[in-house]
Amino acid sequence: MHMADALITPLVGGAMFIASAKVGSHSINKIKSQLDDSKIPLMGVMGAFVFATQMINFSIPGTGSSGHLGGGMLLAAILGPYAGFLAMAAILTIQALFFADGGLLALGCNIFNLGFYTCFIAYPFVYKRILKKGYSTPRIIGASILASIVGLQLGAFSVVVQTMLSGKIELSFTTFLLLMQFIHLAIGIVEGLVTAAVINFLWKARPELMEGSGAAGNIGYRVSFNRILTLLIIAALVIGGVVSLVASGNPDGLEWSLYNSLRRVELMSEGGLDQILAELQNKLAILPDYSFKSKAGASEQAGTSVSGVIGAAITLLLAAGVGMFIKAMNRKQKKNNA
Amino acid sequence: MANITQAYYKMFILDELADKKTAIHRINPVAKIIVTLIYLLFVVSYNKYDIIGLMPLFFYPVIIMSVGDIPFKPMLAGLIIAAPLVIGVGIFNPLLDRTIVSTVSGIGISAGMLSFMALLVKCCLTVLAALLLLATTGMNKIAAAMQSLHIPQIFIMQLLLTYRYISVLMGETARVYHAYTLRAPHQKGVSSKVWGSLIGLLLLRTYDRASRLYQAMKLRGFENQFFGINLDKLEKKDIIYLLGWTTFFIIVRFINIPMLFGVLVTGVIK
Repeated sequence: MHMADALITPLVGGAMFIASAKVGSHSINKIKSQLDDSKIPLMGVMGAFVFATQMINFSIPGTGSSGHLGGGMLLAAILGPYAGFLAMAAILTIQALFFADGGLLALGCNIFNLGFYTCFIAYPFVYKRILKKGYSTPRIIGASILASIVGLQLGAFSVVVQTMLSGKIELSFTTFLLLMQFIHLAIGIVEGLVTAAVINFLWKARPELMEGSGAAGNIGYRVSFNRILTLLIIAALVIGGVVSLVASGNPDGLEWSLYNSLRRVELMSEGGLDQILAELQNKLAILPDYSFKSKAGASEQAGTSVSGVIGAAITLLLAAGVGMFIKAMNRKQKKNNA
Repeated sequence: MANITQAYYKMFILDELADKKTAIHRINPVAKIIVTLIYLLFVVSYNKYDIIGLMPLFFYPVIIMSVGDIPFKPMLAGLIIAAPLVIGVGIFNPLLDRTIVSTVSGIGISAGMLSFMALLVKCCLTVLAALLLLATTGMNKIAAAMQSLHIPQIFIMQLLLTYRYISVLMGETARVYHAYTLRAPHQKGVSSKVWGSLIGLLLLRTYDRASRLYQAMKLRGFENQFFGINLDKLEKKDIIYLLGWTTFFIIVRFINIPMLFGVLVTGVIK
């Protein structure tokens, strides 16, 4: 479920970053005044716990793939939506730093996909509704499973949309969508069962910990529909803005649909700079009738020509050489010091 | 179980590497965070077939790793964790986009193969950049830098507490599992019947321990604020680091250096 940096464009990453930061600052404002001493360690512990569960992959029968729990529902159920969202943001930041799982540019996407839908859609509109009449084991199980499925399905849909807007993969929208929704249905059921088991136990053993059950001071567990609507509209506007920017600034996203429908590759020219570069290269090359002299666009050759491959190899060797040189210098210095 | 605990301890290796005192480690964390973000933006901005243009960007991780004296092994481990999604999604590119763009000694290279390769290179570069930021800066300094970048206190505290409580959780997990195996010596693994209650119990124990830790912190004057490291202001070397790398990224983004090399060499050979 974690989006990777390599799969997105800066615009999609940036837009989702803004959307997540907006939800985050809203959440911080909500919990600021109500944060008491019993909730702070609980937020940390729940964060650590969900962090650990996200690390455990289980295989999904019949698909040959594996998945891990999201944990957003559990965070929302125990901490409330606002603190839950912040905890999720912290977890994903640590994962991006320590494992580059997700990645720093995709962090906004991931926080939104895993945190927003669970805490601000599935929790208030599914989980809370089912448990309105109070806690009981069957209700906890039903609410957890249904809310987990809803949260993950929305998150998976969001992943597909973000990937497609970035246009770096060739899978068709429908195929990718079907794959993602199906896999996350399976994960959602497992996630729902685990969430239900943990919540059920906590409710029986330590009811005061349960968010919204009364004793431990509820951190803004009421989510107003208008707020959610506003947030969604902001997100939609931001994403919409990205699409229009993509259309003007970076043709990748739009051309992508053309690639798929026409099955035609049209390696894009970088524009004026490439032209200048090509001319420069023509002047530099000793035998001018080599690949760069052909009439086709320079960048079309860039991907494949022999000179490109050789040049890439030289660059890599140079990079490695610089690295080894610095290492050698370091060692020498250490020896001298010793 | 030992494996799980070991795996978790491994994650702290990168943070420990941050204690070194090389030239890179001494750069202001704010400058390092900004350079990392700029680098990431540049990496993902390349068009989806441009593998060759991406090559000069390898200079960044190579130089940081060698100057910062960072071993390659933990970086590789990070790549293995992060790569599957990119591979899983990108593997379809060669199958779906089969237009042949070039042939090398009779073997056709399709556009899909090129875009998949470019995706892998980008994955490699972005993962290395994120891991190197941690390995040369460390969690506490990253948090301090976040503070000077005006990221809200509550979020930074949540980040640091989550990070610290991971080891509390690990300790409790090891204890609970140890106790369970002592009481069920002939059983393989944990019976699925008790999963829910065991996990719940683990959470409660960790919470109780974390609460005690938190109270102890409060008694010693912790005021829900991050009093970590006070960062110095950006110095000349930090500005040079920032501007130097940014200039490098801009140059290699707009001038295809590998192509220039290639043309020069092939030109000479011909």
